[in-house]
Amino acid sequence: MARRLPRKDVVIVGLGWTGSILAYELARTGLEVVAIERGPWRDTATDFNIGTAPDELRYAVRHDVFLRPKQETLTMRNNPSQTALPIRKWGSFLPGNGVGGAGVHWNGQTWRFLPNDFRIRSHMIERYGEGFLPEANHIQDWPVSYDELEPYYDKFEYLAGISGKAGNIKGDMQPGGNPFEGARSREYPTPPLKQGYAQELFTKAATGLGLHPFPRPSANISAAYTNPYGCSMAPCTYCGFCERFGCANYSKASPQTCVLPALIREPTFEARTDSEVTKVNLSGDGKTATGVTYVDLNGEEWEQPADLVLLCAYGLFNVRLLLLSNIGKPYDPGRNEGVVGRNYAYQTGSGSTAFFEDAKFNPFAAAGSLGAAADDYNSDNFDHAPHGFVGGASITCAHTNGRPILYHPTPRGTPTWGSKWKKAVNETYQRVTNVGAQGSVMSYRNNFLDLDPTYKDPLGRPLMRMTFDYQDNERKMANWMAERCDEVAKAMGAKATQLNRLVGPWSVVPYQTTHNTGGAVFGNDPNTSVLNRYLQSWDVSNVFVMGASAFPQNAGYNPTGTVGALTYWSLDAIQKYLRSPGPLVQL
Amino acid sequence: MTRRSLLASAALLITTVGAHARVVTKVLPWRPNEAYPVPPISPGGYLFFTSGEAAVVDAIVDRLIPADDLGPGGKDAGVTVFIDRQLTGPYGGHDWLYMQGPFSLTPLPSQGLQSPLTPRQQYRLGLAALASYCNATFGGRGFAQLNPDEQDKLLTGMEKSEVKLPGFDSRMLFNAVHTNTMEGYFADPIYGGNRDMAGWKLVGFPGVRYDFRDVIDKPNQTYALPPVAMQGRPAWGEQN
Amino acid sequence: MMRRMNADGIGTVLIGHLKVGVVLAALLATDNAIADSDKYVDNMRGRALATVGDCVACHTAPGGVPFAGGLALQTPFGVIMTPNITPDDATGIGRWSRDMFARAVHEGRRPDGSYLYPAFPYPYYTKVTRQDTDAIYDYLRALAPVSNSVNRNTLPFPFSIRSAMLGWNALFFSSGDFAPDPKRSEEFNRGAYLVEGLGHCGACHTPLNALGANKADHFLQGNNIDDWTAPNITNDARIGLGNWSVDEIVQYLRTGQTRTSLASGPMKEVVENSTSKMPDADLKAIATYLKERGAAGAPAPAPPSASDPQMRIGEAVFIDTCSACHMRTGAGVEHIFPRLSGNAIVTQDDPTTLVRIILTGTRGAGTDAAPTSPAMPSLGYRLTDSQLAAVVTYIRNNWGNAASAVTADTVKALRDRVSNPSLQAISR
Repeated sequence: MARRLPRKDVVIVGLGWTGSILAYELARTGLEVVAIERGPWRDTATDFNIGTAPDELRYAVRHDVFLRPKQETLTMRNNPSQTALPIRKWGSFLPGNGVGGAGVHWNGQTWRFLPNDFRIRSHMIERYGEGFLPEANHIQDWPVSYDELEPYYDKFEYLAGISGKAGNIKGDMQPGGNPFEGARSREYPTPPLKQGYAQELFTKAATGLGLHPFPRPSANISAAYTNPYGCSMAPCTYCGFCERFGCANYSKASPQTCVLPALIREPTFEARTDSEVTKVNLSGDGKTATGVTYVDLNGEEWEQPADLVLLCAYGLFNVRLLLLSNIGKPYDPGRNEGVVGRNYAYQTGSGSTAFFEDAKFNPFAAAGSLGAAADDYNSDNFDHAPHGFVGGASITCAHTNGRPILYHPTPRGTPTWGSKWKKAVNETYQRVTNVGAQGSVMSYRNNFLDLDPTYKDPLGRPLMRMTFDYQDNERKMANWMAERCDEVAKAMGAKATQLNRLVGPWSVVPYQTTHNTGGAVFGNDPNTSVLNRYLQSWDVSNVFVMGASAFPQNAGYNPTGTVGALTYWSLDAIQKYLRSPGPLVQL
Repeated sequence: MTRRSLLASAALLITTVGAHARVVTKVLPWRPNEAYPVPPISPGGYLFFTSGEAAVVDAIVDRLIPADDLGPGGKDAGVTVFIDRQLTGPYGGHDWLYMQGPFSLTPLPSQGLQSPLTPRQQYRLGLAALASYCNATFGGRGFAQLNPDEQDKLLTGMEKSEVKLPGFDSRMLFNAVHTNTMEGYFADPIYGGNRDMAGWKLVGFPGVRYDFRDVIDKPNQTYALPPVAMQGRPAWGEQN
Repeated sequence: MMRRMNADGIGTVLIGHLKVGVVLAALLATDNAIADSDKYVDNMRGRALATVGDCVACHTAPGGVPFAGGLALQTPFGVIMTPNITPDDATGIGRWSRDMFARAVHEGRRPDGSYLYPAFPYPYYTKVTRQDTDAIYDYLRALAPVSNSVNRNTLPFPFSIRSAMLGWNALFFSSGDFAPDPKRSEEFNRGAYLVEGLGHCGACHTPLNALGANKADHFLQGNNIDDWTAPNITNDARIGLGNWSVDEIVQYLRTGQTRTSLASGPMKEVVENSTSKMPDADLKAIATYLKERGAAGAPAPAPPSASDPQMRIGEAVFIDTCSACHMRTGAGVEHIFPRLSGNAIVTQDDPTTLVRIILTGTRGAGTDAAPTSPAMPSLGYRLTDSQLAAVVTYIRNNWGNAASAVTADTVKALRDRVSNPSLQAISR
């Protein structure tokens, strides 16, 4: 029987990016805010100590900073005709854990979606006709426009100190930036990272092919910076231990560097770590959340009553909490009814590996977001009609690291061991780079999340089941992109290139991206969304759900910039809600 | 106890509310001497492998990464010691992984690792099966007694699943050793392998220096400084 | 207040029959005179003065109620537990009069005549005016009384004999008010009053003699206290504040940060509890005083040559471990990583702070305006005694710095006192 604790104004589930931003903004108005985080407290000097952080085996291979699958995992299958099995060891995606969440170990690639991405369905029907859309798709317009979200993108970028070059400031095109981006109100807070040799070659080659390359926007920042919360950061040193690692020298934007020092000084804020929220509690009629129940380190249950519940536990786990708490109607793909778990999407990856006769790329000198990118093939920036697919990709020349356990490339066909392997490893390491395409994934009827019928977590609750595969549309798009990457790679002067195509069913084994989107989608129609346009639950008006779980489908970019913007967007609405509780959207 | 009071220690109180959570308020928690380094392995001997098993693993890793003019082989780089120590830790038992049943006998390749066998079990059972196989196939000689060509041929067969070991999937054993060999050859030397940073020298990886602004400033140039590990390098004045 | 007046026989009857002026003079002259019956202004003043004196830092136990005492002070002679100075009758200063409080603060004597130890810096507080002492007294008495009984007799024999302080005082203590220097500006004198009195900066920043007294002829020239280096804060160009402007000193006291330095260790708490809450005018006065009272400091030793083996090792360790934050140039990063080149804290005669913060780590001051409170990671586990000695020697002698070299033995001795024994250097 859970013991009841004194009431708080706001309970926040999970203390990562979205949780820490909301906690700070609400606590500073005097509200009693408690954030409940199932992982440990994490701090730069203690947990990302410069002598312990750069340890590839511990963090990149053994996954020390990620959620332990033993504590929670998902089951997966590619389509509904199969039996889902547990993801016993993370591979394809790497969920975070602990204070800071994935904000600790992300690469820092920080994008805005393009204006067309927000009304993708309407736009494509206008341009190509409804028949052009892929079979069994659930593509939806977003319930906000790029213009509405622009001030909030700006806010998140200035919170994080993002390093970049603007391409379009209020309609004034800026040389050196991305000409396709939506108009922004001002320049980035810090200048772009310095580019490496491979990026120089790419920039020259891409320009020669008529593309418009620009430096990739980066949360590994280029200069000392103090953000609007008063928190300070130092410049990135290109250490090459970015993704999967905490940053030892305050140069990667994270809740630790950007929010927590200010948040913790708010007298009405409290963090409780090592405590796992098991469900959101509802009133008898199911229309109001009364708080949450959580389990502490000893396995004891506690009830934390609150007036407002904010789910900030990472997209996937937000969806699972909704399902376990009976908030919203679970999605049934057979009947194509229900909403919770609907519209799960992901990200494609493809490209071309480029081998050079002579080069010293020094791949170890890297930052998570160092790269030269081009958006000519993203979104609807090009005519899709001849190609028979929808969606697009950002093309980038980057490597985030040269860490040798997982990165010791050899040309395809080289043996995987022995003297020949050894020689190839020795010769290739410095002479190879790549041009990659990170592409959109549409939403489909048969890609979804629900509760698994068989497998359970240590508390006895069903794991969430992920049913997902790349559809023909995504394969076609990704493989077309691989050829575009190959063109640039050849133009860079590679002596040989190797296409990396999207083949076979989606597998959990190789790492791809931790860009899981959808499942608690926001929209204007409760029949096809879990949340209204303010990320407020249609069913329980004192529950708001952050994260990429809100995306109706995914675009050709990393999600975090948009997740941050949506958090600030929703915050305005939450403050309106607090002045006048109730549904913010009347139907 | 310093002369000045540690008012900040209030941050770490366990309150009666939510009694077994760690509660953090008012100040960022901080304590002197708080760091979580990896303890260096205890040198010498084997903690998991029998001497027979170690001899076989030595032989395998020396074929996977042979000694040549590019540098030491897997054995001299300490890969067997690395694997031995890894098997005694949480990795060896898959302690962090989801190991609840039921375990499917027909998983899809896209569903990845589905075996209930931990790495410790894979090595123990797999090496025993290999010993059995060699004994029967090579007239009483164990893997370590075969000549290099025989060893390579056998390993290739295991890699392709063409060799049938009694009661054990040969590819599973091969993959385990191959994966751990790559880890052991290229991981920080504190774990027992990559002795003298041999693996890093093979590719030109400078290790954990954490500052390569000078490299970014000089594109397409050879990097001159020797590699450094978490325990330092020879220029730090003490040998590891 | 009315109660005490009646107890002393000055009742309302008397007020009714004497001229107001006479009554007021009589009241002000007595021990328990009323000040403003609305205590607001006095309390503000008293609180501000208590902030300058940083009373709360010593008179609060870890996790305890402010001013209720119970902190264990390490002295060269043993541990002293600080007293409860809330107005509790039984365990605090509830029964103390203003005169009794003034005598304690100015002369180190308790109401019963017994001696206080100079762990309570009465040799400095003796300079505080009676008016200021009274204000602090009024403030403390406005606090809620807290019952906290503190053991005040913890020193071992023979230091437990308080009357021995009679002799110590004869040698090292001269009581008396602060005397402003008419040749100096008002601001200088204000700064002198604050530094030499309530600020008691010299208690940490002045070396001690064998009997635990500050060496008056080395005032503010630096000291080792609790295994921290309190630096030279004279205007010496090499190891004092010679390269700091008045504005930088003010900024440091207000925020714990300048372009080059971040307060950590005991000074972090001084900034957070005391100087960051003082008015800018007072901080400027302190800075003016420190800059104008003169320079004193030993000259630089000859630095070791760059080919010195310890310097070579130190350079390698520095490049591999330190430069990612402090930069190869030693310039640091503003607001986060202190500057090492040309920073006086690095070249103090006593290297203790440098050695200890590498061993244990440290956390910089945090304020509402600058909350980050950046932390130096603990690296005691990573470096051996000789590696650490080498890198500190290198830092102290590179980029034009010059200061004594550091030996492995020095590191080892400090490590034994401040480091967690389970985190041995990993290359041993």
